[in-house]
Amino acid sequence: MLTFTIRRMITSIPTLLFISIVIFGLLQLAPGDPMAQVPLTVPPEVKQKMREALGLGAPVHIQYLKWLNQFFIVEPQFLIDWMTRDSFLFGWLPDTQLSMVYDVELEKLVPQQRNISWQTRSPIMDIVIQRIPQTLWVVGLAYIVGILIALPIGIYSAYRHYSVFDQAGTFITMVGFSIPPFFTGPLLIVIFSVTLGWLPSIYDTTHVVNDWASFKYQLSQMILPVMVLALQTTAQISRYMRASMLDNLNQDYVRTARAKGLKEGVVVMVHVLRNSMIPVITVIALGVPSIFGGAIITENVFGVNGIGQLLITALFANDIPMVMTITFIFAIMIVVFNLIADVLYGVLDPRIRYD
Amino acid sequence: MTDTANEIDPYAALQDKEPGKPPRNQWLDVWDQFKKHKGAVFGGGFLVFITLAVLLGPYLWTVDAQKLDIRNKNVRPIWIAIWDGGAKTLWHRPFGTDNLGRDLLAQMIAGGRASMAVGWTAMLLSLSIGTGVGVAAGYFKRLDGLLMRLTDLFLSLPILPLLLVAVTLFRQPLRANFGPEGGMFILIVVVVGLTSWMQTARIVRGEVLALKEREFILAARSIGTTSGAIIRRHLLPNVISPIMVSATLGLAVAIITESALSFLGVGFPSDFPTWGKMLADAVPRMEEYPERVLLPGIAISLTVLGVNYLGDGLRDALDPRIRGR
Repeated sequence: MLTFTIRRMITSIPTLLFISIVIFGLLQLAPGDPMAQVPLTVPPEVKQKMREALGLGAPVHIQYLKWLNQFFIVEPQFLIDWMTRDSFLFGWLPDTQLSMVYDVELEKLVPQQRNISWQTRSPIMDIVIQRIPQTLWVVGLAYIVGILIALPIGIYSAYRHYSVFDQAGTFITMVGFSIPPFFTGPLLIVIFSVTLGWLPSIYDTTHVVNDWASFKYQLSQMILPVMVLALQTTAQISRYMRASMLDNLNQDYVRTARAKGLKEGVVVMVHVLRNSMIPVITVIALGVPSIFGGAIITENVFGVNGIGQLLITALFANDIPMVMTITFIFAIMIVVFNLIADVLYGVLDPRIRYD
Repeated sequence: MTDTANEIDPYAALQDKEPGKPPRNQWLDVWDQFKKHKGAVFGGGFLVFITLAVLLGPYLWTVDAQKLDIRNKNVRPIWIAIWDGGAKTLWHRPFGTDNLGRDLLAQMIAGGRASMAVGWTAMLLSLSIGTGVGVAAGYFKRLDGLLMRLTDLFLSLPILPLLLVAVTLFRQPLRANFGPEGGMFILIVVVVGLTSWMQTARIVRGEVLALKEREFILAARSIGTTSGAIIRRHLLPNVISPIMVSATLGLAVAIITESALSFLGVGFPSDFPTWGKMLADAVPRMEEYPERVLLPGIAISLTVLGVNYLGDGLRDALDPRIRGR
């Protein structure tokens, strides 16, 4: 198992490199010019200097290698430095100063050049790290809520196959599967914010939770986006749960367990459920990155100031380095969670042997 | 009693009997099983209805979807008058008009045309790429490793962000070459088709790998049939059922993706209605005019729901193990 995991990790490196080349190549073909906003009175040689300052003067392959260097070497160094300097967990360690380089002219340590956004002229990873908690709160909570709703529905509708509950559950999951989030979002806003006036329609990211009333407000503004995202998760996962339970309920070991005189609850909730969870857990792991991608639309509808909205605004502002970094972060998540799903499958199911 | 027993023809079991009726066609069995799935029949019916409505609609409802009628702007749909007598409704604008006075029924028909055209074309494109890759990988051992690696790589691409990037970046050059609508149509179809063929390829490859070892393929090869002919005559007809099922899924995905792109504002130009675009345009004013959100939203959702149910029913009907139960 360990060798398989290591082998999978090594093979995922060329995958990531390929994806980064695809994204980089796509963005290289972009017709946009970051200097288009600069006033015409600026002389061309100054413009050329500004272009070179943004790293646009170098040939394409140098730009790509520099980007790789900044993403994989410089940024982790800054992260380690931040952890040993400011974080609570590792702050007691001596300051590593990995990201500092010795400048000959100034004769002191200066921070390295980081990958900067063309929009804000500040390091991209700082902005991304600011935005990630918003996305994680809304999307992560929605995913957990969706799973918690989906599992009982799947279990019960498989156990009572073809019952009214099963038919209704199948219909509702089918509906949840088919209605796109850009329709459920406005629909729920019309129902709950406009008609009933119960919940706010826009997510306020600057809201600070410091007492009970503000906590209740935070909860109420999270309900709508979480509902929209959870509906999709529920639909997908309860379908898998139901199919997997149906497969296992007809197996011989279930009949054996019943013949031994075990209680029905034990048979279903222990014997069958544990075996049916194996594929469902891998599906849950595989769904994590796609829910981040899908959250782009939901964040846009509710104005959640997360990473998906950051991507959209960067795209419209022609901020190529930002788009490149965010898209690549999505790709890393897909590759990592694919790997986790594969490993989990082998760990949970002893019948599967990769070696 | 013994006499009558002796009269029975002792050779009955050995006699050749003509079958009472000709053997049933496989597709008749499929149709019988399909009919049992009520949801699938409704879904298929709705898909046919929507397709016919958007194809024939412009001939029945001859109002121009682009025509501005600023005097009759913001007309509510006719059914609002049932509970709100004071609302501004007009009999010749049954679905109402938008904030520029464009007829919403005509816009729904035109938008459906665009959405369905994108959906069908992108689905056909992704299906042909997927089938091609799947058959090639399953049949030719040399290509298998390479093509499946490629499929895995495509599966680990972040699709929606890449779609957004591609559509935003290539909008200008394609518009310049093929006109605003044509360029956008080509771009969306190609981009959706290129990013959704992987599942089809995997399924088809699996089926082809299993079929390739069967005796009829061996027999075909032993009488000197060429590879191309084996693929055309023997393999493709046998993988038609998984292809049809993934076709329905592909149609649903393509319609939703096109609407999502239009919703995010990177789709068709602003004067060219599609369902996603109408929905996006209506969202800022949905408090006063919720029907403008509901109409295109329900149209998208029902179409996708119908397509998904159709796929469900087709999967059951085309699976010989389930059929006849």
